[in-house]
Amino acid sequence: MIEVLDPGPLALVEDLGRLGYAHLGVGPSGPADRRSFTLANRLVRNRADAVGIELLLGGFVMLARADLELAVCGTDSDVVVDGRAHGSHTSVIVSEGAEVAIGPPSRGLRNYLAVRGGLAVDAVLGSAATDTMSGLGPAPLRAGDLIALAATAPVGVSVDMAPVDLVGSEISVDLLPGPHREWFGIETDRFVDATQFEVDADSNRIGVRLSGAMQRRDGEIASEPMVRGALQVPPDGNPIALLADFPVTGGYPVYGIVDSGGIDRLAQARPGAGVRFFRRGWEG
Amino acid sequence: MDVVLTPLGPAALRIEVPQSSDAAALAAALREARIDGISDVSGGESVVVVYLNSSMVQSESVQHSVTALLESTDRFECSPAGEQVVEIPVVYDGADLDAVAKHCALSVSDVIARHHAAQYRVAFCGFAPGFGYLTGGDQALAVPRRSRPRTSVPAGSVGLAGVYSGVYPSEGPGGWQIIGRTNSVLFDASLPEPSLLRPGTVVRFVS
Repeated sequence: MIEVLDPGPLALVEDLGRLGYAHLGVGPSGPADRRSFTLANRLVRNRADAVGIELLLGGFVMLARADLELAVCGTDSDVVVDGRAHGSHTSVIVSEGAEVAIGPPSRGLRNYLAVRGGLAVDAVLGSAATDTMSGLGPAPLRAGDLIALAATAPVGVSVDMAPVDLVGSEISVDLLPGPHREWFGIETDRFVDATQFEVDADSNRIGVRLSGAMQRRDGEIASEPMVRGALQVPPDGNPIALLADFPVTGGYPVYGIVDSGGIDRLAQARPGAGVRFFRRGWEG
Repeated sequence: MDVVLTPLGPAALRIEVPQSSDAAALAAALREARIDGISDVSGGESVVVVYLNSSMVQSESVQHSVTALLESTDRFECSPAGEQVVEIPVVYDGADLDAVAKHCALSVSDVIARHHAAQYRVAFCGFAPGFGYLTGGDQALAVPRRSRPRTSVPAGSVGLAGVYSGVYPSEGPGGWQIIGRTNSVLFDASLPEPSLLRPGTVVRFVS
């Protein structure tokens, strides 16, 4: 069992998401930065889909009510156990009764806390992921919440530390071709190639909003299913890259699709960060 | 049926559904085929997207299975015959009822009568869990979305947008023109069949 003493700005229970319900309007949700989430699980020998916690900007404090092994991945936050700082991206052994505080990151936004065995949280439609868009899944964690530990069997491969590329103030992402080419012209391609977009403060788990007005045709597309990473362009031209809690259908034309590594980096991008797109696999 | 499959990023395929076929029916056929490597299938107005288990999946084998299924028939049609009709009781007292009547140059009672008379079908779900885009409504009731979306619309609100009718399953922001409300529960995640409306469901609004 762990007890949340302070959730920090936002602490959400996540697993790899809710699959198989898109046709009912239910999106997949799951961690915003999937790579860091699965890495945290790997460091404590969990399966990739074990239930963990996504933390926004550190500040999370918990009490270990049992001996545990945990790992924090995603940013360079310290993992402070009873006042003693350990690093992130490594497994940490914690004794029953210890207080664990996750410090504020100097770079990046989101940390993933994995506990050996995973957390035991009731699933909604097959997943314990908190979807901030639909409200499905557990509520954001609050002080006093008690979370039981699951006892999933460890996987064989063990790593005790992982080298990481932390996200800084300038981010490069690969962009695959989108489905609505006819809405954008060659001028838009040139603009995208030459522009450093800027991450807006109203970005969240639904989408990363970027400043940088792209030219597009006027009008709306007929609503169609979206994917994580879709770079939607609303009428004002400032694109939105869809993250984990994206709405399953959308009516804005999609210029390109951010590849999975790029999505993970965008999920760590702070407001004000610069984003450059590298078009990969585009004709002409 | 001859269609083009295009990759939608690393882990999805996109299918543009020809006018002669029905996107919901095509999506349902793909879902029921339970093709290995597909985690989900979702339809929109005229596009179906197939989600792959992960980008590690050999999408060529999935593409092959999907193409084989699409080529197995000339067109995909919905079969409303024999489908159970879902009845949704509505009280027509929505905040935008007057504005809708004005926009359509109809009386309020005419708007209600026309909305009431039609038989609808869920073209696709999206926007929120259990939110169905209902087609088949009276063409005279086509209205634009509100120029300024409301920050909060109560659960059960019945609205219009473009050619669609819809019911908000839960409270949330919304830009549809609200004409009424219902007590029907549209979505309950604890039920084995969580959504009252699914693509293809036939719907009538009753008093």
